[in-house]
Amino acid sequence: MISVNGISKKFGKQEVLKDFKLSFDTGNSYAIMGPNGSGKTTLIKSILGMVLPDSGEILVKGQSIKGSESYRSSIGYMPQIGRYPQNMKVGQLFSMMKDMRPEIKNYDMDLVEAFELNKIKDKSMGTLSGGTVQKVSAALAFLFNPEILILDEPTAGLDPIAVEILKSKIQRERKAGKLILVTSHILSDLEELTNHAVYIFEGKVFFNDTIESLKEMTSEEKFSPAIAKLMQWTLKKKSTTYELTHA
Amino acid sequence: MLKLLKYALYDILKSRFAIIYTVFLALVAISIYQVSDDLSKVSLSLMNIMIMIVPLISAVFATTHFYNNLEFIELMLAQPVKRSQVFLSQLFAVILMLSLSILFGFGLPMLLWGADSSLITLLAVGVILSAVFTGFAFLASVLTRDKAKAIGISLALWIYFSLVYDGFVLYIIYSFADYPLEKATLGLVMLNPVDLGRILMLMQLDISALMGYTGAFFQKFFSSNMGLFIAGGTLALWMLFPNFFALRVFRKRDF
Repeated sequence: MISVNGISKKFGKQEVLKDFKLSFDTGNSYAIMGPNGSGKTTLIKSILGMVLPDSGEILVKGQSIKGSESYRSSIGYMPQIGRYPQNMKVGQLFSMMKDMRPEIKNYDMDLVEAFELNKIKDKSMGTLSGGTVQKVSAALAFLFNPEILILDEPTAGLDPIAVEILKSKIQRERKAGKLILVTSHILSDLEELTNHAVYIFEGKVFFNDTIESLKEMTSEEKFSPAIAKLMQWTLKKKSTTYELTHA
Repeated sequence: MLKLLKYALYDILKSRFAIIYTVFLALVAISIYQVSDDLSKVSLSLMNIMIMIVPLISAVFATTHFYNNLEFIELMLAQPVKRSQVFLSQLFAVILMLSLSILFGFGLPMLLWGADSSLITLLAVGVILSAVFTGFAFLASVLTRDKAKAIGISLALWIYFSLVYDGFVLYIIYSFADYPLEKATLGLVMLNPVDLGRILMLMQLDISALMGYTGAFFQKFFSSNMGLFIAGGTLALWMLFPNFFALRVFRKRDF
């Protein structure tokens, strides 16, 4: 559904993504992992068209996203830190977002109801707590029943009840056959929500396969130690390159 | 596009700045009308104030508005809307608000106490200068990633066009006083939208007769159709260029 064909992106002198290749297929749920600054958010923002890669192309449903904006109507995006107009009320924000996609008439109100967002629809966005803003972001991402869901740190800042509500919602959407991309540093969440692991290291794909084969490869039975092993390998890889440069 | 503009305008009108600015302009106009009954004196005083205040407010307000609305812009960019439409809706919202403030703030006192052609020109120049300096401000905003830097650039442009440039022109005129400078000064005036606006208004008043031979030359130039066409065209370019360039940068910017 999404294929990323060799994109590179530099911010100043720092090369965040280097000839990055990856494809995401429908019906799978991907865990995108990597240390801070490895390029996870840049990858997501490139798919959304907010960051424009220096080279390479991204195809969504077989169409290049360059210069196109209609493809975004099939993506639901939940940002890491939701930032909304401070003066706008919650209810107005929802009606505005609906206004942006007039062709979609069936709204998925599950999360709006579960998080009881109707009760706060007259509050302005500026007065909401961080967790409540996250709830609004989550509800907006699922509102239009999108085929692709991109969730950047979805559970960060949410209370335990909200986390469970959101996780069960993601599980249901996964069963409904949607493409889901999740980034998180909470490994237990990722193990529950995804079946496919992508590990990004220094702007490149270091690992990309199912969680089963990740466990097999690392000969670990559990997810967290498997990831820990993977991280150790990246460190080794780094030290070998370090030695090479001094050879 | 219209939808985006609607939400952008809604947000801007809620920020209370629009009302404060309008009331401020109205108070300035009312107090000047109270001081003098002579319409040409009124329009001269109003012009002197407007030519300083309007570009300054436009530049500072547009820059802060862009940065305060960065969240909204980012939110819109993840939606199925065109980048250029996101930008233009913000731009038009700011220009519309600044223009409406001038039209109401200066226009209502004019309706009450009368106006002549120079005062109508004053309104038009006010709207044009708002658009020009909003363009500069948006350009400064899209080129930088830091609000303070963007405001600095906007203010520097304002200082340049409102103060420094005039000094530079005066210096040239004094240094080359022995040569016929009418055409050269006309050319220099075209390179500064603030001066151009000022001259356009001055030409509506009788005082151009006090400006000697250059004044007479300007009078002749700006009262001809050709002259007005060139002046109008130059002002239009001053409005279009920064805005167009800012749009181009915005379309390639990372968020």
